[in-house]
Amino acid sequence: MSNDLSKLREKLNQWVKEVLEPTVKKAPELKPKFTTEEGFEVKHIYTPLDTEGAGWNYLEKLGFPGEYPFTRGVYATMYRGRPWTIRQYAGYGSAEDTNARYKYLLSVGQTGLSMAFDLPTQLGLDPDNKLAWYEVGKVGVSMPSVKEMEIVFNDIPMDKISTSMTINATAIEVLSMYVAVAESRGVDKAVLRGTVQNDILKEYIARNNYIYPPRPSMRYATDLIMYAAKNMPKWNAISISGYHFEEAGATPAMEIAFTLADAIEYVRWVVERGMNVDEFASQLSFFFAARTNLFEQVAKFRAARRIWARIMKERFNAKDPRSMMLRFHTQTAGVLLTAQQPMVNIIRTTLQALAAVLGGTQSLHVNSYDEALSLPTEESVKLSIRVQQVLLYESGVIDTIDPLGGAYYIEWLTDQIEEKAWKIIDEIERLGGMVKAIELGYPQREIARAAYEWQLKVERGEVPIIGVNTFVEEETPKVKILKIDPKVRERVVHRLNMLKKERDNSKVSEALDKVRKAAEKEDVNIFPYIYEAIKAKATLGEVSQVLREVWGEWKAPEIY
Amino acid sequence: MSVSEAVATRSIKIRKKVLVSKLGLDGHDRGAKVVARALRDAGFEVVYLGVHRSPEELVESAVEEDVSAIGISILSGSHLELISDLMKLLRERGLNIPVIVGGIIPPEDVEELKKLGVFEVLIPGTPLKKVVEVYEKACEVMSK
Repeated sequence: MSNDLSKLREKLNQWVKEVLEPTVKKAPELKPKFTTEEGFEVKHIYTPLDTEGAGWNYLEKLGFPGEYPFTRGVYATMYRGRPWTIRQYAGYGSAEDTNARYKYLLSVGQTGLSMAFDLPTQLGLDPDNKLAWYEVGKVGVSMPSVKEMEIVFNDIPMDKISTSMTINATAIEVLSMYVAVAESRGVDKAVLRGTVQNDILKEYIARNNYIYPPRPSMRYATDLIMYAAKNMPKWNAISISGYHFEEAGATPAMEIAFTLADAIEYVRWVVERGMNVDEFASQLSFFFAARTNLFEQVAKFRAARRIWARIMKERFNAKDPRSMMLRFHTQTAGVLLTAQQPMVNIIRTTLQALAAVLGGTQSLHVNSYDEALSLPTEESVKLSIRVQQVLLYESGVIDTIDPLGGAYYIEWLTDQIEEKAWKIIDEIERLGGMVKAIELGYPQREIARAAYEWQLKVERGEVPIIGVNTFVEEETPKVKILKIDPKVRERVVHRLNMLKKERDNSKVSEALDKVRKAAEKEDVNIFPYIYEAIKAKATLGEVSQVLREVWGEWKAPEIY
Repeated sequence: MSVSEAVATRSIKIRKKVLVSKLGLDGHDRGAKVVARALRDAGFEVVYLGVHRSPEELVESAVEEDVSAIGISILSGSHLELISDLMKLLRERGLNIPVIVGGIIPPEDVEELKKLGVFEVLIPGTPLKKVVEVYEKACEVMSK
């Protein structure tokens, strides 16, 4: 230890003994112990003793923006050169409703689209299916055929806008619709920019919108990644998601560890199927949650970037720096919204958005204050966009890159989260990788346990939530509610029936037959076959049904 | 009968066996799982059905397992139609098992659900203590 550090240690000890301890003795602190959400005990103060003093090395741990290990950010100029994309997740009702909402969002300053699909679309069911009937157009737009996609993108320039799609088990069907519409307008798929979530592993762990068992699903997901690598170079072929883990109860370290363990599994599968890691890794993207616990969240994002860079460089021998960059989208944590005193949510989401920005996100969705009560209205969504604009244009947080970098506390926290996340990643590797871990129920159980422990802490008042367990008011929240027009179902089903009448049905069954044959083999890429079927106006439900027949359905172990 | 005997008989009669499930295609199961676990920890026997359940499947399980209450969680906005069909099916089978609904339920729909015959609606932020009390009350009603 250098002389300066020894002197600092001496001075610190002196301060603790002569100033801090007597003060605490005289006036006890708010609680005997301060801890982060992850459970790290937090000291009164952090100093260089926690960084350099603990063997920490700037160049090794941080480096520079746009360079390995990317702790400070993935791009050299970050927001000074390119602001994060303001991308609100939206979509509801029929294609016409969604088209109108997208145009509205763009008109108030949104810079990228994020498509929400209804549950039948996510689960491969057409709107005329019995169980689908209840859910048509509820949590997103109904998308049974290419016809609907055409309407959604009416008067929206597909060659200019980037579009993110939250679609997983039916990602190829839906992306095929998007590509088909773009190509019909003379836009080559090679210039399309956007993302498909295509992250099926997290569906088994937390989000529950799976169809087939994990192994055929992994083949389907990696087919898409490999297809995009060859044909759609500007497209993010997957958005490997931790958001849903956090929402289901995961701690910050669990959130990034499960996500990166999923990512390892995807990379391993694609590499085993014969692709060089640098041919596709730059098209992998990520998705995390931002909670209100500001500093730990910033540390989480920074740790995730550093871990991923190391995994790609050391484990997979990536040579292209772009393969090592963890680029991510962030959504503010929906579970932290309260139904009680809903306006307070605007303050929460502002802090969460700040965490995402200080953490170096590439795009951002800010939840609306009314979402613990219902779907957001135009007015509440606009406020979410305004939160982002205040951060971007008024706060000055974009002026320098990684402004919290080098703060003793932040660096200490980043190290702590990184260390804990590595332990979880290693545990999953020990179990045989994420597919195996899911089959064993490991991440599911860990998340369920963490969710329950969190709830007990809320009950005991250890986690204060304004309006819920402290500063409670007797009130019935009054907010305007967005209602889905019940006619949506009729409209969508009617259009589906028309499509089935007008299309060349022999061409459809021929195309579906080819999908079936491709699904039965393991060594062909199924994407082009599904694309042809969708172009021939096969419905999403029809394609999905063929795959169900070949691959079967997943029945989840009930773990709680 | 002494008071303590009465209490003892009463507590024997209350069958604390409940069904907890998702209804419809919604996959958000954090709430359902936490409630299932809290009820188990409070001494209930819990049959947990998980996600993607239809009203028909739920009624079948409720009969088969002979439960005293049904807990449903819905966050997809489809609660009115799904619960309406569930209540209809229960009535058709002559069952009066209390149904408790939790999830993202807009305030104005809480009354609607109660009109459909729902025993109680629990919105986000409800303390587990209250949740357990509601299920206890439901089981008590059913055991009378």
